[in-house]
Amino acid sequence: MEFTFFSLLNGLSYGLMLFMLSSGLTLIFSMMGVLNFAHASFYMVGAYLAYAISSQIGFWPALVIAPLLVGIIGAAVERFGLRTVHKWGHIPELLFTFGLSYVIVEVVQLIWGRAAVRYVIPPELSGSLFTAYSTTFPMYRGFMMLIALLMLLAIYLMLTRTRIGLVIQAALTHPNTVETLGHNVPRVFMLVFGGGCALAGLAGVIGGNAFVTEPSMAATVGSIIFVVVVVGGMGSLAGAFFASLLIGVMQTFAVALDNSLVTLFGRFGVDFTPDTPGYEVLKLSISDVAPILPYLLLVLILIFRPMGLMGKREG
Amino acid sequence: MTTQFRPLILAISVAAAFAAPIAAAEVVKVAFIETLTGAFAPIGQNQLRSYQTFTEMGKQKKWAGEHSIEFVGFDNKGSPQESLNQLKSAIDQGYRYIAQGNGSGVALALVDAINKHNQRNPGKEVVFFNHSAIDPDLTNSKCSFWHFRFDANVDMKMEALSSFLAKDQSVKKVYIIGQNYAHGHQVTRAAKEFLKRKRPDIEIVGDDLHPIAQVKDFSPYVAKIKASGADTVITGNWGADLALLIKAAKDSGLKTNFFTYYAGTSGVPTAMGAAGEDLVKTVGYWEVNTIKFVPKTQYEYSKGIVDTFKKKYNDDFYTMATYSVVSLFSKAMKEAKSTDPVKVAFAMEGMKFQSMNGEVEMRKSDHQLQQPLFISTWSKVDGKEVINDRENTGYGFRTNQKIESFVASQPTSCQMKRPDRS
Repeated sequence: MEFTFFSLLNGLSYGLMLFMLSSGLTLIFSMMGVLNFAHASFYMVGAYLAYAISSQIGFWPALVIAPLLVGIIGAAVERFGLRTVHKWGHIPELLFTFGLSYVIVEVVQLIWGRAAVRYVIPPELSGSLFTAYSTTFPMYRGFMMLIALLMLLAIYLMLTRTRIGLVIQAALTHPNTVETLGHNVPRVFMLVFGGGCALAGLAGVIGGNAFVTEPSMAATVGSIIFVVVVVGGMGSLAGAFFASLLIGVMQTFAVALDNSLVTLFGRFGVDFTPDTPGYEVLKLSISDVAPILPYLLLVLILIFRPMGLMGKREG
Repeated sequence: MTTQFRPLILAISVAAAFAAPIAAAEVVKVAFIETLTGAFAPIGQNQLRSYQTFTEMGKQKKWAGEHSIEFVGFDNKGSPQESLNQLKSAIDQGYRYIAQGNGSGVALALVDAINKHNQRNPGKEVVFFNHSAIDPDLTNSKCSFWHFRFDANVDMKMEALSSFLAKDQSVKKVYIIGQNYAHGHQVTRAAKEFLKRKRPDIEIVGDDLHPIAQVKDFSPYVAKIKASGADTVITGNWGADLALLIKAAKDSGLKTNFFTYYAGTSGVPTAMGAAGEDLVKTVGYWEVNTIKFVPKTQYEYSKGIVDTFKKKYNDDFYTMATYSVVSLFSKAMKEAKSTDPVKVAFAMEGMKFQSMNGEVEMRKSDHQLQQPLFISTWSKVDGKEVINDRENTGYGFRTNQKIESFVASQPTSCQMKRPDRS
């Protein structure tokens, strides 16, 4: 019971963190059709900026300023980079963001060095939130979950309750009509791109100190957020939300399962010994393969439900 | 006036030029192939600085006579493949000595590549100084004449650790967790083997391997350890993988003993802080706070090095093997009267030399350094036994036991193939 409860909490908090990252990616994709390969790099930039700001004026200002800065950088990238590339089609856009991701990593290494930086959790958030059974739940994890949920609420309200949200939604499906109605669609694109990057930046601010702030952090999450977006359905915010939670919980619980093919067959009376050919593979437990499960899911989803869990479009 | 002296000066310099090859002062360069970028970089950087400290010291004190040694960093990004590229690039640049240690997977790949290279390029041999890769295979089934290990291997450390653990009757359930590669596999094998022999009543309640340098959040593993009811965890993890594991354990209030191999490495002391007090134990071949266990002069010598290092780099010194490497390498060059890798390698075999643990021996049969081991516990600085802290935490390691070299020593199955002595 204790184990299930805490694994669920851990899985949910990890899932919410993934959602913060992938929401921006899926928003940008659904609006602009751009698969932003540099998205995870903005996550890293967010963490590093937060580190730089928090070492000067504290964590709380950094929580606000760093995502805004990342948003501005993102908007600038769209305005002066992507918009120019846009007229050549989707492949150049893809290549542009791909190249950009490398440039960002190198720039970060030039400024902050190649080793991990000491970006730590602020003391007021470093205690434990509550104790259930005999396990304590760290306050910072609760804080991460809270921020993610607040963000989800804010995006939802903005997209459904505000004028700009309605324009964004309309521009999603009918950009030409929206443009003829007198709205500045390129500017909307810029806002969405900047906003999406700011969300990634925010994830970086709270993820950087919960885990490790280092130049390879972008690569670590880069692949997993693509899994989330594809599994959830390209462009579906709700899909990304459920896919994030699914992957978060799945990975957390998988770690705990020691069952392998050997134990499975053993239940049916078929016993394998170390002499059986392929025993090395057969004895791999689910916890050993936990890190690759999301990618397995990705492959299965692409085969059996290419539009993703909640995707509307084919492929 | 001056013109009269010219022939004389000329004659002297000609004579000097001919005499020079006999005792030419050479700067022998060693390629240091380690992770110098990313989350595991602090360890590589720290060790490179340690090497540089001792080559400087050796140069001043003429450990290698006229010769001096220089270590140059090559970033392998933690990958065996990249390490082979760096090895090749170092060999192309004329390096004849390399040093590596963080990652037995990398070390195994390097040994293999060096064996092949040396066989194919007689006269251009390369020698490998291993300062911390502790897979026992490296000095057993895969032992090589070109490889010298200065750390104690997994089995030697597990021998010490399990003897210590076996005496503690409160230990009933043990959980083993490690990184999924050569070293992690060896630790779990050794732990099961030694515990079965020394304390058959101890139950192994869990045995986990996780991908190396990939896991950023260990809370799922910690929840699993908690659920297993373990009272003791044995882990071979190092670097960020150990720091994050301890951090997650601290966050969820897991109060088990941790028997580790590498609690002193960069980042781990900070992650432990007060939460690790009395719970985290480590086995190693050297510790600074050993005032009750080693001769006073030896203790003060060690402490002097630690304090100077801290002052200079604002970092802790912990890879003592770097001292042993420079010490043995220098002595061997001096005695062989050569910087040639083959001659130096023959000289190093079976050589007794000074390390920070006093006199130690590079065993001839398998090139495994024989040295004492220490078991210590993470404790508050008390100014008596725990004098030097780690990473300015106010905590350091209290030495519990010194295990003499002959006790920690393990038999070897190495069948060393030696080149012809030319």
